[in-house]
Amino acid sequence: MTKADIARAVYERHGGLSSREAARLVDTFFQLLRERLIKGEKVQITGFGTFLVKTRRERRGRNPKTGDIIAIRSRKSIFFRSSPQVEAAAAVSSEAAV
Amino acid sequence: MTRAELIDEMAALGPLSHKQADVVVETILDSMKAAIGQGDRIEIRGFGVFSLRLRRPRRARNPRTGEPLVSAARHAAHFKPGKELKAVLAQMDPGPDAEDSEA
Repeated sequence: MTKADIARAVYERHGGLSSREAARLVDTFFQLLRERLIKGEKVQITGFGTFLVKTRRERRGRNPKTGDIIAIRSRKSIFFRSSPQVEAAAAVSSEAAV
Repeated sequence: MTRAELIDEMAALGPLSHKQADVVVETILDSMKAAIGQGDRIEIRGFGVFSLRLRRPRRARNPRTGEPLVSAARHAAHFKPGKELKAVLAQMDPGPDAEDSEA
């Protein structure tokens, strides 16, 4: 699934929008999420999940090519914790796959 | 930010009424949830990718009876930030006490 598929769903559901407007709204949606996350803010979407910005501490790693030990700087990263509803959806797909 | 604030901002920006913005946000989230339910991967350029990762069966215990059991294997949704988002995060100041913690 890509943004285009999501935009199509919005276009079909809404009725009064052109497909271009639907695409723009989907862009806006992800842009808004992005802006908040970049500020380090937590985004909690009931029924879907929570995006958390966490700090990963500095650690030592290895260059996989040369095997040299290198320092990996502390940095921010985004983690997603799915809501029970999304967890249930993922479990349904396990039943289909396994 | 919460879901309600997200809807407020969508409504403030666009030609949509608050009610319409609510429907749009709901539709976006529903379609993503449906994709996850079908085991489909969701790729959003400039943002990231949602995919399913397999959680292996684990040895666990019934906390009430202490009875050992094996939890079933299942899939869980995983989000991986995209290249552009990662690049921005790399520029951010990790803060004074840089531990593996919530910001």
